[in-house]
Amino acid sequence: MSAQYKLVHCTINGKEVEKMVDVRASLTDMLRNDYHLTSVKKGCEVGECGACNVLINGEAFNSCIYLAVWAEGKDIRTLEGLLSPDGELSDIQKAFVEETAIQCGFCTPGFIMTAVEILETGKLYTDEELRKLLSGHLCRCTGYENIFRAVKKTMYRRHGKAIDF
Amino acid sequence: MYDMKALYEASSVEEAVALRVAHPEAQIIAGGSDVLVQMREGRRAGKELISIYGIDALRGVSLDAEEALRIGSLTSFSHITRDPLIQKYCNVLGEAVDQVGSPQIRNIGTIGGNTCNGVTSADSASTLHAYEAIVELTGQNGVRRLPIKDFYIKAGQVDIKPDEIQTAILIPKASWENTFGHYIKYGLRNAMEIATLGCSVNVRLSADKRTIERCRIAYGVAGPVPMRCPSAEAAANGAAPSKALAERFARAVIDDINPRDSWRASKAFRQHIAVEMAKRALTRAVELAGGEMA
Ligand SMILES: Cc1cc2nc3c(=O)[nH]c(=O)nc-3n(C[C@H](O)[C@H](O)[C@H](O)COP(=O)(O)OP(=O)(O)OC[C@H]3O[C@@H](n4cnc5c(N)ncnc54)[C@H](O)[C@@H]3O)c2cc1C
Ligand code: FES
Ligand code: FES
Repeated sequence: MSAQYKLVHCTINGKEVEKMVDVRASLTDMLRNDYHLTSVKKGCEVGECGACNVLINGEAFNSCIYLAVWAEGKDIRTLEGLLSPDGELSDIQKAFVEETAIQCGFCTPGFIMTAVEILETGKLYTDEELRKLLSGHLCRCTGYENIFRAVKKTMYRRHGKAIDF
Repeated sequence: MYDMKALYEASSVEEAVALRVAHPEAQIIAGGSDVLVQMREGRRAGKELISIYGIDALRGVSLDAEEALRIGSLTSFSHITRDPLIQKYCNVLGEAVDQVGSPQIRNIGTIGGNTCNGVTSADSASTLHAYEAIVELTGQNGVRRLPIKDFYIKAGQVDIKPDEIQTAILIPKASWENTFGHYIKYGLRNAMEIATLGCSVNVRLSADKRTIERCRIAYGVAGPVPMRCPSAEAAANGAAPSKALAERFARAVIDDINPRDSWRASKAFRQHIAVEMAKRALTRAVELAGGEMA
């Protein structure tokens, strides 16, 4: 059958945009191919690894198992949206650098967007809760401990609290 | 790109029903966490899909006129867990679906999809069976309601007519009132893991907390579809909560369940953990109800 297209209008990283999208596209396809947001990685493409994770209306979703047409009217945020206008990294990104929470970097954007969802709840989670909240991401390099520290450190900083790991 | 033949989008239940009638070959997609994965794997390749994900009227939890808890079929797991009515009246359901996959899966996965897939390991299913939930389906001739045990026909198959979609799951007041439950999921790891066995127990105690007035237990993965355990329930109903009762109750489970050997676990192992899980879940449910295992 001939390709079926639909006009999809949404907000991406604060900017209102619209494009004709193939209905067979995943949100990963749309963000990478139509909007060149290459922080959104293609890992497993079946919802297991979290490399493609983005925020939709403030909640974390694996964009590989999300139809692009569902983005209609939604507020979407990717890692690119965290940079300040002068190119400065956000606190959570800096914490990832400080804690050496990045090696190859493939899992990093997905992890950071989940961290953003966690941090924006404004809650101070226990270690156990935080581990559970981060459990939707696979990292083949770091062994997770530094990632955990980066998120925990940022959470404590935002609460103005001293941290003891 | 997904290998999809065509996509039809419904923004209301009426539209969804009309699309079902117009495209009998098409399959329903809600959150898509089963459908899109199976399409990617080739199992659903080349199919037409009817998306109901945009029907916002099917989202949310409320109390209906009869004070049944009404959960819209598109309500995501994370929204169920966070919902104040669920926390107040059926907290065990919120806890059960909080054990699905990962946070991202809990944001996309819906309770409708978790029951319509007919899968025995579905984390909501044992609790919904143990609470005698009612499934609401809407089709051309209006609304049809049936007990969840009749909704499941066999593994992977549920009772949805060609013109219907599931619109809600209801937990009647008689089922949640004064009732406390606990769910245990046994998996090989904590996150991103399908249950090897799931066990949900709930109890209602007498006012003096000395008698179990009603006990219900259901399992996932103890058979081809989720199932209740009548022998175990009979052992507990009307009895005084005690450690000896918990032993008797848990052993009776063996007469009811019918697990199989799979790569995940053997039948013997599932039987073994079923007994232990029944004991622990009953003990916890009694505690939550304010009772004590003497
Ligand atoms: C990585 C990963 C991990 C997972 N882990 C778990 C887990 O731990 N526990 C668990 O229980 N599940 C798990 N799942 C499975 C899945 O997330 C759940 O079954 C979820 O509830 C499916 O809901 P959905 O809305 O995404 O369904 P969909 O994929 O949209 O649909 C599932 C099925 O139900 C039908 N359907 C859906 N809604 C309706 C409706 N309203 N009316 C009629 N038919 C309908 C569809 O046609 C399809 O056959 C996992 C999935 C992934 C990808
Ligand atoms: S690429 Fe989406 S979860 Fe792995
Ligand atoms: S840093 Fe390489 S996968 Fe996580």
